[in-house]
Amino acid sequence: MLTKRIIPCLDVDQGRVVKGISFVNLRDAGDPVELARFYDQEGADELVFLDITASSDNRNIMENVVKSVSEEVFIPLTVGGGIRNKEDIRLMLESGADKVSLNSAVLSNPDIIYQSADFFGSQCIVCAIDAKRISDTSVTFNDQISEEYSIDSSTEWEVYSHGGRKPTGIDVVKWSKYVAQMGAGEILLTSMDRDGQESGYDIQLLKDVSNQISIPLIASGGAGKIEHFKQAIEHGKADAVLAASTFHFGTFSINQVKQYLQDHHIPIRKTY
Amino acid sequence: MIKEKPLIGVVDYQAGNLRSVQKALEKFGAQVVISSEKQHLLNADAIVFPGQGACDASMQNLKKKSLDELLIRLINDQVPFLGVCLGLQLLLENSEEGIEDCLGVIQGNVKKFSPGLKIPHMGWNQVEWKIDHPVFKNIPNYQNFYFVHSYYADLVDESLIAGVTQYGHKFSSAVCFDNVIATQFHPEKSGSWGLQIYNNFIEFVIGV
Repeated sequence: MLTKRIIPCLDVDQGRVVKGISFVNLRDAGDPVELARFYDQEGADELVFLDITASSDNRNIMENVVKSVSEEVFIPLTVGGGIRNKEDIRLMLESGADKVSLNSAVLSNPDIIYQSADFFGSQCIVCAIDAKRISDTSVTFNDQISEEYSIDSSTEWEVYSHGGRKPTGIDVVKWSKYVAQMGAGEILLTSMDRDGQESGYDIQLLKDVSNQISIPLIASGGAGKIEHFKQAIEHGKADAVLAASTFHFGTFSINQVKQYLQDHHIPIRKTY
Repeated sequence: MIKEKPLIGVVDYQAGNLRSVQKALEKFGAQVVISSEKQHLLNADAIVFPGQGACDASMQNLKKKSLDELLIRLINDQVPFLGVCLGLQLLLENSEEGIEDCLGVIQGNVKKFSPGLKIPHMGWNQVEWKIDHPVFKNIPNYQNFYFVHSYYADLVDESLIAGVTQYGHKFSSAVCFDNVIATQFHPEKSGSWGLQIYNNFIEFVIGV
């Protein structure tokens, strides 16, 4: 049976992991390789590295990070942040990434999904979506946007771009369906309302999106308690759950999460 | 007996990331040459045939350099051969994914998973061994390996199936015959059990 994946997300700035692990004695808590090795031993099923500098000048720094991590850690590796075109994707894959996560690039040029899926294969194209619940005052109707995915009166969540700073006028559920049809291999869905709140994943958002797509869904934003992971999988129908600070600060370990899920009859990969 | 540090030829036909395959082989003392040149691959003690992506484009890339004929010849000559993912699928006769003939060293077709399942089949899933093979030794039943694929190999001769995995139905996740071993999962992305397969493969190559 296919197991549910637990994925820690590491933010990389200038080749260093920021918000590094603060609870164990690592020689260097900002060293991507050391952290990757640590999470691999902890039972992580994949790793996501997010380049938060994301400027093209730093592209080769990120390449080197990916190269050194992939030489030592033999689990799947996803890289996101500032990936704009096929050339950026190629460089990351050649450096040793298994998947790339695309976000703003898809919003400014939706064709990049099918072009890159066609060229590199859907399996390595993750589409990241930042979702924010609509309040009456925040609605941005934009008639430049295709009706296929523009927000309408029934929209509950809007897609945001540029690290969650810009509303786009795009409906999250319709957009998810669209990028899946265009050849994305996976969707990484972040609830901006829940991100950093530790109040649980947005289950309704996950459910509405997972009902519309037939590709894997990664839940992100809101993990704070161990039962949140179970809720995202059981009620939100997520195939994988991603978290950052809860793992970095040692609120609980990945193995604790896995043990908890297993006790609740959710299939996981046992590594302990 | 082959020397202690066997030379492994990794077939480069522009089908995905080869870096992890190389590093996994080197970890266990192999020398690695990544190449699309016939002579390099002919000089190797063993072949690793990895792959990801589309079947037609990959077959066309192989044919452009006549690597299709070379691989068939090496397999017939009993050169130890490890196929991974697309490198398993291309051993069959043809694929629902494309129109190109595949290598045809294994009877059967490559089929798409049924609608209703999430596709790609992506993540960690268990392998139940059907054959005791030295390349799979010391790996208990039902260990998890990392999969990412939308198609699976449907073999005519079930006696070649070395391992099966459940996704909607049971499919062949490992295959072996003569000196050929092939896995649908990625051992180079499957943590310590996956590395055990590379370690075993190198020992197998040395022993041949």
